[in-house]
Amino acid sequence: MTIRQLSVFLENKTGHLNQILSVLARNNINIVALTVADSSDYGILRAIVSDPEKALQALRTEQFTVRVHDILSLEMDAAPGSMSKILDLFTAADICIEYVYAFSFGSKSILMVRTDNCEKAVEVILTNGLKTIREEDLK
Amino acid sequence: MIWNKDIECMDRQKMRALQSERLKQLVDRVYNNVAFYRKRMDEMGVEPSDIQSIDDIVKLPFTYKTDLRDNYPFGLFAVPMKDIVRVHASSGTTGKPTTVGYTKNDIENWREVVARCLTMAGIGSDDIMQISYGYGLFTGGLGVHYGAETVGCSVVPISGGNTRRQLQLMSDFSSTVLACTPSYALHLADALAENGYSLADMKLKAGVFGAEPWTENMRLELEKKWGIRAHDIYGLSEIMGPGVANDCICHTGLHVHEDHFFPEIVHPDTKQPVADGEEGELVFTTLTKEGIPLLRYNTRDLSTLNPETCECGRTSVRMKKITGRSDDMLIIRGVNLFPSQIEHVLLELGETSAHYMLYVDRDNNLDTLELKVELDETRLTDTIRDLQNLSRKISQALNSAIGLSVKVTLVEPKTIARSEGKAVRVVDNRKK
Repeated sequence: MTIRQLSVFLENKTGHLNQILSVLARNNINIVALTVADSSDYGILRAIVSDPEKALQALRTEQFTVRVHDILSLEMDAAPGSMSKILDLFTAADICIEYVYAFSFGSKSILMVRTDNCEKAVEVILTNGLKTIREEDLK
Repeated sequence: MIWNKDIECMDRQKMRALQSERLKQLVDRVYNNVAFYRKRMDEMGVEPSDIQSIDDIVKLPFTYKTDLRDNYPFGLFAVPMKDIVRVHASSGTTGKPTTVGYTKNDIENWREVVARCLTMAGIGSDDIMQISYGYGLFTGGLGVHYGAETVGCSVVPISGGNTRRQLQLMSDFSSTVLACTPSYALHLADALAENGYSLADMKLKAGVFGAEPWTENMRLELEKKWGIRAHDIYGLSEIMGPGVANDCICHTGLHVHEDHFFPEIVHPDTKQPVADGEEGELVFTTLTKEGIPLLRYNTRDLSTLNPETCECGRTSVRMKKITGRSDDMLIIRGVNLFPSQIEHVLLELGETSAHYMLYVDRDNNLDTLELKVELDETRLTDTIRDLQNLSRKISQALNSAIGLSVKVTLVEPKTIARSEGKAVRVVDNRKK
């Protein structure tokens, strides 16, 4: 139901993002999904990678500020309105979305969701029998 | 015009005699009424009877800002609180402010010295003075206010801030004198056009600027921008507040009101008095102060003294415009700030590492502060909002501790340079 996500603190400096990417490349770590949240002074790079533990160690060694968080991961039907349907369920349960991003892996459409109330979100997922994704599904 | 010719043009020998007399009384007063000074003097083996003339002042102990802090709030007061009629305070280095108290006589003397300052700046009862120094615990507003009333100015006690209103009243009231920090005066000048005014709308003819160090170049720039005479009023709350010294129309140094505040210059390292004209730390002894009299208070301001008679006729000793400080204290918008105060707040919060760099800049003639501080990895979450909340929390804590707004920027750990010797914590880009 959750996938480990890397969160890397990213100062707004030219070439900074690529420094992170090159560390991952040197360590032969594949990026499955990537998104950057930004403010005027800094951002947070969020990434799903092939080996989160190895990525964490490698980035730490290179002095990056990095942590790993468990993020809810759902599989969506490859049909119009499927993401909206999921979000409707969260709204009905009065759950606020902090951020989402979506990506495809093989034939699967995957939705990553961070809410303000993880427990309640899990309840919604279980009650409604939503399809979830595990890390093994991304191998 | 000279407000008090007897004193300001007094023969120097006579002045020494007056100072000697006052010093003897002062030493008696502090020895008998302030435990701190009695202890210091006893430790040094100095008795009040050892002080027979102003030359004996070198036998007396120095006083530092830390002494005021250590005796917070009223430990250095030499009279009971029933005789104190007013208290002022400035922000302190560890969250505790520096407190000073005034008796009725002190307030009268303060009035007198500010009246002298304004008169030597050519200001009198025909003037409408807009006082844009902050009123309140800060000595600037009320200090200048009483003196301005004494010389008979029509006082507009508008206090600091609100640029649009400042300009509106300056125009509507035909203010002829502006009293504020030099940087705020520049800011106001630059804000004229965007607020729909021009110099032609204003009747300003003089400015009394102080509460922060400023260069002669800045003084000339202010004169040009406003078409006025710009004067430097020097003071610090520990000694009195604004009015300790002021430059006359000759602008060849600031006349010190040495019948009240005896100045010395000492070498920053040895603390020994230096010869006239040599630069060092400016030290004051408050010859007449009753509330919180201080012996040889070291201001850490760097200056020189010139005892020659001024072209204006005054014989009082002149101090050179302050050129800098011997410690790391910054003056931001008239507020004293030690980098250690920032460190203290960060350590107390414990949300980040204590590695920081403070950038001081001047934007539109107003001082700005930006703090770059290293993010602690354990505080990193996956949302920007948490980081923004952290910045805001630090910014609010700093604001309440130092009374200044600070832009807080989080940076990556280990990106702020570590120094092997004395840490460089401040980059001051205001210096021209």
